[in-house]
Amino acid sequence: MSEYIDHDPNGTTVGQVEKQFFTFAGTDDPFVLESGASLGSVTLAYETCGTLNPDRSNAILVLHALSGDSHVAGYYRADDAKPGWWDIMVGPGKGIDTDKYFVICANILGSCMGSTGPASVNPATGKPYGTDFPLITIGDMVRAQKILVDHLGIDKLLAVVGGSIGGMQMLEWCVRYPDSVASAVALATTCRHSALAIAFNEVARQSIMADPNWRGGHYYDGPRPGMGLAIARMIGHITYLSDESMRLKFGRRLQNKSALSFEFGADFQVESYLQYQGNKFIERFDANSFLYITKAADYFDLAREHGNGSLVKAFSKCRARFLVVSYTSDWLYPTYQSKEMVTAMKKTNLDVSFCEIEAQWGHDAFLLPNDKLDHLMAGFLRSVAHASAAV
Amino acid sequence: MHPLRYDLQLIASWITPGSRVLGLGCGEGDLLFWLKQNRQVIERGIELKEFRVVKCIEKGISVLQGDINTEIRDYPDQAFDYAICSQTLQQVYDPVSLIQSMLRVAKKCVVSFPNFGHYRIRTQLMATGCAPVTKELPYEWYNTPNIRVLSLRDFENFARQAGFTILKKAAINMKNHQMEGKIVTFLPNLFATYGIFLIGHP
Repeated sequence: MSEYIDHDPNGTTVGQVEKQFFTFAGTDDPFVLESGASLGSVTLAYETCGTLNPDRSNAILVLHALSGDSHVAGYYRADDAKPGWWDIMVGPGKGIDTDKYFVICANILGSCMGSTGPASVNPATGKPYGTDFPLITIGDMVRAQKILVDHLGIDKLLAVVGGSIGGMQMLEWCVRYPDSVASAVALATTCRHSALAIAFNEVARQSIMADPNWRGGHYYDGPRPGMGLAIARMIGHITYLSDESMRLKFGRRLQNKSALSFEFGADFQVESYLQYQGNKFIERFDANSFLYITKAADYFDLAREHGNGSLVKAFSKCRARFLVVSYTSDWLYPTYQSKEMVTAMKKTNLDVSFCEIEAQWGHDAFLLPNDKLDHLMAGFLRSVAHASAAV
Repeated sequence: MHPLRYDLQLIASWITPGSRVLGLGCGEGDLLFWLKQNRQVIERGIELKEFRVVKCIEKGISVLQGDINTEIRDYPDQAFDYAICSQTLQQVYDPVSLIQSMLRVAKKCVVSFPNFGHYRIRTQLMATGCAPVTKELPYEWYNTPNIRVLSLRDFENFARQAGFTILKKAAINMKNHQMEGKIVTFLPNLFATYGIFLIGHP
């Protein structure tokens, strides 16, 4: 996702932010995972922006997607080349207004951006876990976030906001902790992966595991499986775009040449773009984290986990007010999947708003500047804040 | 807050405070917003056009983007006290099933539409022999979204045939960009430009 980040054109920003860490659980009181395995110690990296009000009622938890991190907005240092990943949405006067709300964003369990994951040191061996790290679920990520939110002294979140895999966490939050969530925003997300989404993830995972440097996942003392991870990222990027956006962005234009080379180098701009994105990704992301997080996303099935196969039953546990947004050109989590969740919410009399935004940029549209999304977000949050203040 | 259009004011006056209201084809949510602010209703809207849905959600109205004919199907029986279909019925392909759906999800329903029995429409057709074009129905035959033109009398006959009850009705004329208006009592099917009906189960 980070390729879209840029300085806010209007110059508004939350300013300097700090990466913070919270560690819980230990050998005596381990964090037990849904798989039955447990972790002796769990650290979550997180960031906060804005100010928590005296009655602690203005907190919004932002949940990031596959490759994101806790750095949601602002800058660590004044001379940073780029702000946090959702700086266009989170800041003073923006869709999620940090003059009004206290925003929390934590790196997910299993990731590699400061939170405990397969690259962390296994206290039992003193070496990185690698694939000895237990498989985690979206539910595990959310339970860890709940411990952090409790630690911050917040009983009820004004809103939980997430796109893509972040949206799955948001749904899990609403079903698991109905009393702790006043409202929720689901962007370009789904209650469960389609076979198409699982298929792309599996090809991506296979490409990592086929890299000779992967070595069963225990590669931290040697070269990284960079080629495998780069190809995995390239596959991901294809699914985040759309036929239309690729046509507009690249067409069949050639990269730095006027004729076909008749060699296997990158002739077309789209080839060069994918290679660039793949290579950039391996500088910042761990291949094992990619395996664990995509697996958790593939396993996620709200109806199976919480409703014995019935989405209506799963949502009957929720009490939050919902805003669901999909994008016309998203073929990874198409609109019909958002409508499926909206239908189930309607059947349980939940308060839900739904908008399908016309956008040509595919799944990634939720990370791109969009006035409509800003207005939807700001209006929805304002009305939720107004209603909860009246209670 | 914007003042409400006259016909919407009238509809609003029929809604019991604190009730659950479903707005079908709710546009930019003016009526639902007014009812939420002034009558403390619990509101839901359905609107097809994305830019209007955005306006509704900006106002804090709960609204779903979609087709009223299909979106209404997911709601449980009698989930609402009122379902409102304002100035949209004449554009619906299957009004019978829509009204049945409305009566399934709501105890009472409000339906309003332009009156095709108005004398100006009658005289236009009589004098020119062409499909009438009026302020209320301002389209040519080939581009009109109003595919189900009906008069006040048509609707009353329809109520008898379809077996629902008319609980209240108002025949009205509007002026000043529909912000003002009055009730028509003398020969309403001839002199009223719009009809508003509150209907219920038999």
